[in-house]
Amino acid sequence: MRATDLLDFAWQVLRGNRGRTLLILLALAIGVAAVVAVTSLGEGARLYVLNQFGSLGSHLVIVLPGRSETAGAMPGVLVGKTPRDLTLDDALALKSSHAVRRIAPLVVGAGDVHVGSRVRETPVLGSVADLMAIRNMELAQGAFLPEADPRRMLPVCVIGSKVAFELFANQPALGEWLRIGDRRFRVVGIMAHQGESLGFNTDEIVIVPLAAAQALFNTEALFRVLVEAKSREQIETAKRDVEEILRARHEGERDVTVITQDAVLATFDRILGALTLAVGGIAAISLAVAGILVMNVMLIAVTQRRREIGLLKALGATGRQIRLMFFTEATMLALAGSALGLAAGQATTHLALQLYPDIPFQAPWWALIAAPAVAAAASILFTVAPARRAAQLDPVQALSRR
Amino acid sequence: MISLHGIERSFLVGDETVHALRGVDLDIAAGEYVSIMGPSGSGKSTLLNVVGLLDRPDGGRYELDGRDVTGLAEDDLARVRREKMGFVFQFFHLVSRLSAAQNIELPMMLAGIDPLERQRRLQQLLADYGLEDRARHRPDQLSGGQCQRVAIARAMSMKPAVILADEPTGNLDRHTGQEVMAVLERVHQSGGSLVLVTHDPEIGSRAKRRLRMRDGAIVGDERG
Repeated sequence: MRATDLLDFAWQVLRGNRGRTLLILLALAIGVAAVVAVTSLGEGARLYVLNQFGSLGSHLVIVLPGRSETAGAMPGVLVGKTPRDLTLDDALALKSSHAVRRIAPLVVGAGDVHVGSRVRETPVLGSVADLMAIRNMELAQGAFLPEADPRRMLPVCVIGSKVAFELFANQPALGEWLRIGDRRFRVVGIMAHQGESLGFNTDEIVIVPLAAAQALFNTEALFRVLVEAKSREQIETAKRDVEEILRARHEGERDVTVITQDAVLATFDRILGALTLAVGGIAAISLAVAGILVMNVMLIAVTQRRREIGLLKALGATGRQIRLMFFTEATMLALAGSALGLAAGQATTHLALQLYPDIPFQAPWWALIAAPAVAAAASILFTVAPARRAAQLDPVQALSRR
Repeated sequence: MISLHGIERSFLVGDETVHALRGVDLDIAAGEYVSIMGPSGSGKSTLLNVVGLLDRPDGGRYELDGRDVTGLAEDDLARVRREKMGFVFQFFHLVSRLSAAQNIELPMMLAGIDPLERQRRLQQLLADYGLEDRARHRPDQLSGGQCQRVAIARAMSMKPAVILADEPTGNLDRHTGQEVMAVLERVHQSGGSLVLVTHDPEIGSRAKRRLRMRDGAIVGDERG
């Protein structure tokens, strides 16, 4: 029997039993669509988190005071006592490493910001000019903190767009003065709207020079130091250098925690990747159910088509040919069902993208291959039993029944 | 050409063993026209099925063209059926979703014959059996006589050596039955053997050789 005849014959069968064909197609399509849609949601979440980390800045190494063995935890939520403060001198010493391009020491606190009679409590960030480059910040107006000795207390500040709106309403804020605690600062820049990036909403903060923040909150201790390595390859070197320099400065004690962005990223990547795989696997159960439906329908078909199978055998069809006919039918159903399912899944993904444009929903490549493959495998596997039964039918008995 | 020796066939019906064929010996020469008659249950259909290699005997030997086909495997039997046997059934057994032409093509399709050759033979068969204007009709759009003509054309498509017809007129009125018989006899005259099972004496008596069966044995063998 020729392949084209086999296809043609199976096509005639499928066309001749439209209700049955549509039912199986629907089951298979739902299964494939579920896998595609669910994994694209998972993948979207994964990419979303990765992008968030990416917006932290490139080639980032984060230094926190205190030692913790917990790798990959969120910076800032580490628990552990701090035996020794991380100081500005520590931070400046890090510049001696060849792998380090820039550093930005950070001091964080909350302060009441006054403009005339208006008051707003905001997070206040003390840092240096390099912060902008390290954190990939963007300005809407004016300039960032000036390049200057970080020990100088320049009375300038950069404010978030929301802070600017709340304090100055629609008046121009650039060049105006505001007061934090008992200190006055001139607004030299307003940050562009960037939204949240991992706990930091740059729309809602006020950035002042490091020394000013240290004076404001009456502390020498740094909240953390952001270190940018010269390249992706040098992140590990930078991390080692940072650890070495600080150990030497802290009398041989390893009392800081150094986190590379890569380690954090890798952890999130693994967790969310596994999650996507898991939900995809759950969705794949519906494909197995579709496979069982295929088997059921095929078994019914063997019973309904007893006479036809008997006839084909009388006309000289071998058992192999009969089996092939059933497998061809199952494969055609699987392929058509998969195609429909892929289309429906992609449409769902597209819809999700329209509804939540921030999250990059997209089906991972492995799901686009695995879903149709599982659908095909399920329907072919579940056709083995019906096909064998058909091939073993006794032609005399099959033909004698009316 | 066909040579049966001591063929036995029994079925289990409930707890009872029914002997459909008891030691049947039969030789049919190439080009013979044979009818098998007898009351129902006499084993005539079983004999036809054994001759057509649809059914396997429990005992005895079957030689076809000098070759022992008794112990052939299922798939080998299928190939022999395809090449040498043409079946015509009482209930036509056409595939209802396929057109007349597609039904006629079935054996050639199973044999993997080249589509061009297939078309050539198909046109010839449609012309031979007066079905040109019915080629695209499905069986439910055809009369009984037309259905049986399609079935005969299908049986002839592989140019078999033997045509086996089981009550070919059993489901047709007398007039149509006569027509179908005429078609079958024309096939026989063009060279093939024709083995016909019927319980209608009028039909059976048209054959040159008439076998009579009772209780699974051949009890009469008339010629002329």
